[in-house]
Amino acid sequence: MKLVEFESKDLFASKGLPVPPRGGILRDLKQLPSALKRAKAPWVIKAQVLAGGRGKAGGVKLAKNPKQAREAAKAILGMTLVTPQTGENGLKVREISVEHAARIEREMYLSVVLDRKAASPVVIASAEGGMEIERLAHERPEAIIKQAVDPNLGLRDFEARRIAFALGLPPESVGEFVKIAKGLVRVFLDYDCSLVEVNPLALTPKGLVCLDGKVITDDNALFRQPVLRALPDRESSPLEKEAKKHDISYIGLDGSIGCMVNGAGLAMGTMDTIALAGGMPANFLDVGGGANEERVTQAFQIILKDPKVKAVLVNIFGGIVKCDMIAAGILAALKKVKLKVPLVVRLQGTNVEKGRELLNNSGVKIITADHLWEAAQKAVDAARGSR
Amino acid sequence: MSILLSKDSKVIVQGFTGSAGSFHAKQCIDYGSPIVGGVTPGRGGTTHLERPVFSTVSDAVRATGADTSLIFVPAPFAADGILEAVDAGISLIITITEGIPVLDMARVKKAIESANRCGRQVRMVGPNCPGVITPGECKAGIMPGYIHKPGPIGIVSRSGTLTYEAVHQLTQAGLGQSTVVGIGGDPIAGSSHAEILALFEKDPQTTAVVMIGEIGGAGEEEAARYARDHMTKPVFGFVAGRTAPPGRRMGHAGAIVEGGSGTHAGKIKALKDCGVTVVDNLSEIGSTVAAFLKKNAKEVAA
Repeated sequence: MKLVEFESKDLFASKGLPVPPRGGILRDLKQLPSALKRAKAPWVIKAQVLAGGRGKAGGVKLAKNPKQAREAAKAILGMTLVTPQTGENGLKVREISVEHAARIEREMYLSVVLDRKAASPVVIASAEGGMEIERLAHERPEAIIKQAVDPNLGLRDFEARRIAFALGLPPESVGEFVKIAKGLVRVFLDYDCSLVEVNPLALTPKGLVCLDGKVITDDNALFRQPVLRALPDRESSPLEKEAKKHDISYIGLDGSIGCMVNGAGLAMGTMDTIALAGGMPANFLDVGGGANEERVTQAFQIILKDPKVKAVLVNIFGGIVKCDMIAAGILAALKKVKLKVPLVVRLQGTNVEKGRELLNNSGVKIITADHLWEAAQKAVDAARGSR
Repeated sequence: MSILLSKDSKVIVQGFTGSAGSFHAKQCIDYGSPIVGGVTPGRGGTTHLERPVFSTVSDAVRATGADTSLIFVPAPFAADGILEAVDAGISLIITITEGIPVLDMARVKKAIESANRCGRQVRMVGPNCPGVITPGECKAGIMPGYIHKPGPIGIVSRSGTLTYEAVHQLTQAGLGQSTVVGIGGDPIAGSSHAEILALFEKDPQTTAVVMIGEIGGAGEEEAARYARDHMTKPVFGFVAGRTAPPGRRMGHAGAIVEGGSGTHAGKIKALKDCGVTVVDNLSEIGSTVAAFLKKNAKEVAA
């Protein structure tokens, strides 16, 4: 799950990290005057959307007086923010934050990520804050400081001090930094995160402050994270949310061929095969290993709700999931929704003969294929034909 | 010969009497796998699928001499189950469970590393994987047994059904498998592609290896370098996720392009640069391997 800035900062604050005084989170301009009262001027007004690069795109503005604050809030609230991370369509800004703007003397970068190879969290820091870390890592890898973290112990004092000295912090700030770095690692460990990032961590006349925050959490650990469970899912589209409710792994894409596949790897492989055959997939969909007839029906209905879909390709390699069950699920779905686009089905594996028989005897017009490549080509042709 | 599993393995099932454990343990037994018992806390002393049930893994190891554990314990408790297996002296732990928190796996990995530093030889495969099968001898996992046949090709893969697809194609092309290893789709895996490649390189039965990867992480790149530096046997690679958008998790927790790393293009380039034969079209895995081996055989004969 991805958290927006203010949610991330709430987690930071819960572990004692210094964040700027907040005036409020606004969904409506009417709330602005009271927000301006709660935090002192000058203010910074920021769009609360799931994307980096907000500043350059006009989603972050400084305001010295209430008039400027009103103009800034009015400009940002409701705007469509297009940044390199949002894609062409951008994101509509529905919430803004109002914070006291700190005087920045120096900006640094601090994050904790999961190092897959070392199988442990790692703290990443750089004296060059504000910049995108991927770019920095690419252009000047020597400017990046790394410290592995024992997931059982958290960050130890001496490890945090090592980072502080490598950052070249003045001696009077080292103690404060140690607390922040250890606190950030606690956020990572206690909330089951896969990323926590402070960019920039600012040195101000009043000490160090986390000016921005980004958090990504591990969906697999939500069962033990009541605080995170209570937060809204801001990333998924309505169709993706509906799929999730039925335990279906679905991600909407831009193409025209709807896919229903069992298994995440085969689902990706099927998308790739469609692309090789000259088409583009409309979605990623894994019905899952424990799929039953009802879930297949739900999955099929979700695919057909996408208006971009001009043909549907079902690719099932039956293992635990049996082909006849899949066939029955498809036929059940077709009783509920009218199929207006061509349907290509490729079944292989457990009970494949029974599955094919069910489809053939159903009287429904289905294009069948034995091999994936043949199926992909037929789906691409069918999508072109139905356009 | 084969790797990891053979007819001489002694396998117990953790989560034996649960619905997934029961169903798949029965399939494994029907395949002829040496399943010697199972563990469900509180069910010790009973019998299930004509095999003894124990309340703890150490009881099971003591009574059966088991060396391998197949884990179906539900995700919130799976890490504890794995640690129990390590503690009880199990040397091969195959975890099927999907959805284990990543930090739990980080802690499990630390425990396995420290056991191995103390002279143990513990290997974990998975989690979130279909398991391991040595065709004709031992199936410890959830894969459909009948699509496999014994033979010379080793397979290592991050995905379940994608592996079945590859196995099916190979079997259709007349090529059997030495061992098929699903390392799983999670960000932290017990075994990496490179580690399994190393086992296949040493195995006399295996003459070629098919490696199936997907976007996310750097395991395929590491394996490619391993193949270049340490392998004499031909390696074939397929990587899923060419059309996956960045920043989105494609079903598997580990299948995500983050901050420009773990991309499909980067992996394909690494594989090619290291001399791995890349298969672009998923439908051509079987035919590519068959054609290569046929050509090789001719060259050897000539």
